[in-house]
Amino acid sequence: MSIELNPGIPEGPLSQKWDHYKANMKLVNPANKRKYSVIVVGTGLAGASAAASLAELGYQVKSFCTHDSARRAHSIAAQGGINAAKSYPNDGDSVWRLFYDTIKGGDYRAREANVYRLAQNSTSIIDQCVSQGVPFAREYSGELANRSFGGAQVSRTFYARGQTGQQLLLGAYSQLMKEVDKGKVTLFPYREMLDVVMVDGKARGIITRNVTTGEIERHAADAVVLATGGYGRVYFLSTNAMNSNVTAIWRAHRRGALFGNPCYVQIHPTCIPVSGSYQAKLTLMSESLRNDGRVWVPKKKEDCKKDPSTIPDEDRDYYLERKYPSFGNLAPRDIASRAAKEVCDEGRGVGESGLAVYLDFRDAIKRDSEAVIRERYGNLFDMYHEITNENPYRAPMRIYPAVHYTMGGLWVDYSLQTTLPGLFAAGEANFSDHGANRLGASALMQGLSDGYFVLPYTVTNYLGTHAQELLKKVDVSHAAFDSAENEVRAEIDRMLENGKKGKRTVTEIYRDLGKVVWEKIGMARSEQGLKEALAEIEKLQKDFDTDLLLTGDSKLNKNLEMAGRLRDLLELGALMARDALERKESCGGHFRVESQTPDGEAQRDDENFAHVAAWEYKGKGQVPARHQEKLVYENVKLSVRSYK
Amino acid sequence: MMSTSKSKTIHIRLRVWRQESRDAQGFFEEHELKNVLVDMSFLEMLDVLNEQIIKSGKRPLEYESDCREGICGTCSLMVQGQAHGPIRGATTCQLYMRSFVDGETITIEPWRAKAFPVVRDLVTDRRAFDRIQMAGGYTGAKTGPHADANAILIPKDLADRAMDAAACIGCGACVAACPNASASLFTSAKVTQLALLPQGQADRKRRVIRMVDQMDKEGFGSCSNLQECEAACPKKISIQNIAILKQEYLKAALAADFRAGMGSADGGA
Repeated sequence: MSIELNPGIPEGPLSQKWDHYKANMKLVNPANKRKYSVIVVGTGLAGASAAASLAELGYQVKSFCTHDSARRAHSIAAQGGINAAKSYPNDGDSVWRLFYDTIKGGDYRAREANVYRLAQNSTSIIDQCVSQGVPFAREYSGELANRSFGGAQVSRTFYARGQTGQQLLLGAYSQLMKEVDKGKVTLFPYREMLDVVMVDGKARGIITRNVTTGEIERHAADAVVLATGGYGRVYFLSTNAMNSNVTAIWRAHRRGALFGNPCYVQIHPTCIPVSGSYQAKLTLMSESLRNDGRVWVPKKKEDCKKDPSTIPDEDRDYYLERKYPSFGNLAPRDIASRAAKEVCDEGRGVGESGLAVYLDFRDAIKRDSEAVIRERYGNLFDMYHEITNENPYRAPMRIYPAVHYTMGGLWVDYSLQTTLPGLFAAGEANFSDHGANRLGASALMQGLSDGYFVLPYTVTNYLGTHAQELLKKVDVSHAAFDSAENEVRAEIDRMLENGKKGKRTVTEIYRDLGKVVWEKIGMARSEQGLKEALAEIEKLQKDFDTDLLLTGDSKLNKNLEMAGRLRDLLELGALMARDALERKESCGGHFRVESQTPDGEAQRDDENFAHVAAWEYKGKGQVPARHQEKLVYENVKLSVRSYK
Repeated sequence: MMSTSKSKTIHIRLRVWRQESRDAQGFFEEHELKNVLVDMSFLEMLDVLNEQIIKSGKRPLEYESDCREGICGTCSLMVQGQAHGPIRGATTCQLYMRSFVDGETITIEPWRAKAFPVVRDLVTDRRAFDRIQMAGGYTGAKTGPHADANAILIPKDLADRAMDAAACIGCGACVAACPNASASLFTSAKVTQLALLPQGQADRKRRVIRMVDQMDKEGFGSCSNLQECEAACPKKISIQNIAILKQEYLKAALAADFRAGMGSADGGA
């Protein structure tokens, strides 16, 4: 049976769709708002901004996070900046251009209406953040400063040194804490969400585990928002934080929420290369560095082990500038990553492993002075120095692509509602705005747009539309809570019990999963590789079920948390392989080796694949069902994405 | 080639704090690790230790980390008696084994402060910081339309100073390093950031009074200008912020018109 996927795009011309939505939405009477409660899971940019904004409207909000504090969500680690179509530099930017760049950057695989709304909201976000006291970089004139990011020919990126995510998150967090102080938000820290509770076809609550005490808890509400981030940790090694995971959205998927485009993964071109098998985490070097750094490898293989400063310019291949002269070093991430892989595959990679390229600031330092470069990127250079023990002011950085962001996520309609009524997904947790490749500095924009400026309207519309039913409160003693809690308990008990007998640690199985996913569902994907990945993941699933070694108890036990997450990541990995296998075209970050142009660029197949793939869970070990949402382009002409 | 000393390894002994729960008696557990690569991070070394512990069937060691790039403020270890270990301006996750010598015995403890109770082993409960933040660490701006971001010009040096203070990651090293377990550096960083910016002026007095009161209520000690906090701070937050905090507090406390309206969370200036 096919599921009808209605994106619910409002009528009218593109630029008026969001206004149309707002003009026709259902409202909730101010005095009635306090009768509704909303659960928001996750406190990153999307979650914190949604929770604060919904509470300001008058709803009772319950905010959940796995950390001790809402401020530690992984949005905090975003470095480079946030895009907005303010057009302060007077360089030709506009809402339309930001919309167009984002659609093109996503290789024409995102929904027009969502992306246009995102571009419209972008300018309000900057005003909002400034009003919170976010200390954005400024010029001597006192005005806000801008810089450029990949895939754009204008300077529309706002930033706070190399810590933009931190400052934006602390802004949203402070607004959230204001509402906690007022008693409008109740914080539930140290909780991981382990199930969504559905009552009469609507999301009415969640089951959580308190990670410090092990208690399993029930929480009821009238709507549930998941803002729990992406699933890049399926690769084991990524730039994502150790606690980032797929569990919340995966459990929702298991309950019936469709999963959109799981194979769309962003592999960021500029990360510090892998150095050893003990590593658990990779570190990003912000894309902003490509404003001044030049990417190159030696032209000749025999130069690869030489001291780079001894290699003259004529023997260097500034391959991004050569291949993409109009965007040069600021080519989008998917393209820059593939180009790096290509030169390394040719044997021209540098460093111990040969899996690295140079990011060189020699010319920028000569042009602008070391002091200026230090002012712009000091903290990033220090970070590089600490990790590699090498001084990037003296020698070029060595970088290599690494998993950074996932464009896929829970399928949502225009109102950010999943296929489960009353369950919304925001930020990286949904699939909505970036198509097959996200442009730099757009994740922060999307998270905050969803939280500050979309959900307050769309959740209200949902509550207003279903007022009669939702005002009949559901209590946590409802049978649906009983069964959900029992399932959660049984799964934890089973893991702890099985864990006494096995031999393989969580980390060992997890690392193996990461290796399979990286090699076969990474920067280049082939039919054969994807089929192998499915078989190998199935084997790892068996290892997990029968040979897992787990020690400790059900109280604070990071290893137990990790085991539960790994269980979900194994299923997700298999789904990613299936999605990549079915999508026989190349687009954005999804590169099928069978589908490329003669010069090695991604070859889209608009006739057969201009759609979102939305997957339906059919049970453990069962083949999931693939559904489609056709992407309709009324305003943008699908064309070959060129940065040449 | 500027390759690092890839094959270099050291042998180390570890004294690690183990504590079952908040009220349980803690103790040091000893371990030995051989062939530790010096290019490994300190937390990766603990990951390796934990695999060893799990394989011996014992309960794994609990320690916190998340971003592992020095920005989330989750990692929080006393290493050789120093908050975040011997490297200045770095978090525990930014500490590498090249900072230790072959044969060294490394002592690892949790943050020790009354306001940060131990949850288990090396994990402490730092939610007291959230409650200080809750008491006024915000501007009061609501979601909605605001003046254009360039409507209020902010001189670059002011914005830069606000950013210096705003860089605090809330890790708690300042408290752990302070003999009084004072949270003055943490609190002052937020108070200073917002006191410097035009957006923070409306609740400026109420903010500082309430945040300082909350800090005292949580059981943090007073500041005696020992400067240990600044030395331990991974973001090099200056103690000048504490001077500003004291000044701000004094000014606010002396404003009699203001004191009267302090009652509820919604009251005030």
